[in-house]
Amino acid sequence: MLDKTGIARRIAKEVQDGYYVNLGIGIPTLVANYVRNDIEVEFQSENGVLGMGPFPFEGEEDADVINAGKQTITTLPGASFFDSAMSFSMIRGQHVDLTILGAMEVAENGDIANWKIPEKMVKGMGGAMDLVASAENIIVAMMHTNKRGESKLLKRCSLPLTGVGCVKKIVTNMAVIEVTENGFRLLERAPGVSVEDIQNATEGKLIVEGDIPEMKL
Amino acid sequence: MISKKVANVQDALKGVSDNMTFMLGGFGLSGIPENAIAELVRLGISGLTCISNNAGVDDFGLGLLLQQKQIKKMVSSYVGENDEFERQMLSGELDVELIPQGTLAERCRAAQAGFPAIYTPAGYGTEVADGKETREFDGKMYVLEHAFKADFAFVKAWKGDEAGNLIFKGTARNFNPNMCGAAKITVAEVEELVPLGSLDPNQIHIPGIFVKRIFQGKTYEKRIEQRTVRQRD
Repeated sequence: MLDKTGIARRIAKEVQDGYYVNLGIGIPTLVANYVRNDIEVEFQSENGVLGMGPFPFEGEEDADVINAGKQTITTLPGASFFDSAMSFSMIRGQHVDLTILGAMEVAENGDIANWKIPEKMVKGMGGAMDLVASAENIIVAMMHTNKRGESKLLKRCSLPLTGVGCVKKIVTNMAVIEVTENGFRLLERAPGVSVEDIQNATEGKLIVEGDIPEMKL
Repeated sequence: MISKKVANVQDALKGVSDNMTFMLGGFGLSGIPENAIAELVRLGISGLTCISNNAGVDDFGLGLLLQQKQIKKMVSSYVGENDEFERQMLSGELDVELIPQGTLAERCRAAQAGFPAIYTPAGYGTEVADGKETREFDGKMYVLEHAFKADFAFVKAWKGDEAGNLIFKGTARNFNPNMCGAAKITVAEVEELVPLGSLDPNQIHIPGIFVKRIFQGKTYEKRIEQRTVRQRD
């Protein structure tokens, strides 16, 4: 079983040379720490920066340089700032190669819910609806089950949707899963997790074909 | 040169009144029009509709207007950091329209650019698209979203001149340029109002034509919401 860092490390392996990548808040933010050093990747944050660097050293924080999680950041050589409309032109116009975001629920048809629990938690969708509606390549980073132990990989989402039929891949603490026309296809198991464990933690249709390899981190 | 300069925030906000619709720039607390918000608090006008990506925090930004119950409706994309906001919303005191962030930006830009509406894929198939016109283009579905209509846009820039030209800094730019000229009256506050001619025309982000009034803000707190740092080796 992976922890959140492990999920981020596994997703980092999906990031390829020359990619522009948008990272959501939470586990996705950690992915930047584990991308290989020998490839060139630029991170976009939808509040208006491309070429995000690490957090600043103490004393060098700038209130005018933050990421979409409102955290103070730095920029790398070659970085640029831009307005919100241009930022979403990058996203909606499919100039961003990979979107990594968290979710509360994903359905076997690729639907995703991550912005609202009616009458309980209403924080808003931020840029998530724009991202999932347009991105060609979306990876969801999340725990396989919620705090009550219930599956987050469902036949149908029960929460209000963020987008329809858009998720392509899911990396959880238990598995790497591809979303296909026929349901969730199991690609990899987390270390120490059996196919049966994953089956038991997956409410939606899980397709298991042949031997399922253990993830390499 | 057509001068847009006004003496202070009081002159800049002349004409604001109850029940108006305002656009306010900023992302989180970054690039918010601090002086305009402080003056709106002082004026105590209410029944306001505020179009702003976020709603501030409890004791800063738009949170100050929320505390005084001056806001009737918020149009935002993310409102997660404000307990008073959540309380007012869940109790029904505050009307909230949550819309995708890119849609928020583009509805501002449409108003600025003279488009009555735009089609976006964002929100299709979700409750955001409920009751809205949808249309297929090349096999993909889109939602019709209308340009905003607002009485005032309050934006904040780094530098500006008397002609109303603006330059923004870092990610404090965000929605500010998209809101310029998107309301009947655009009020820009700047950290530095520099002498005419000292800004390079090549470097202007927003030409003065989009700005009706400009003034230098008195002070800027520029509060940091999430102070994240790394250790020196």
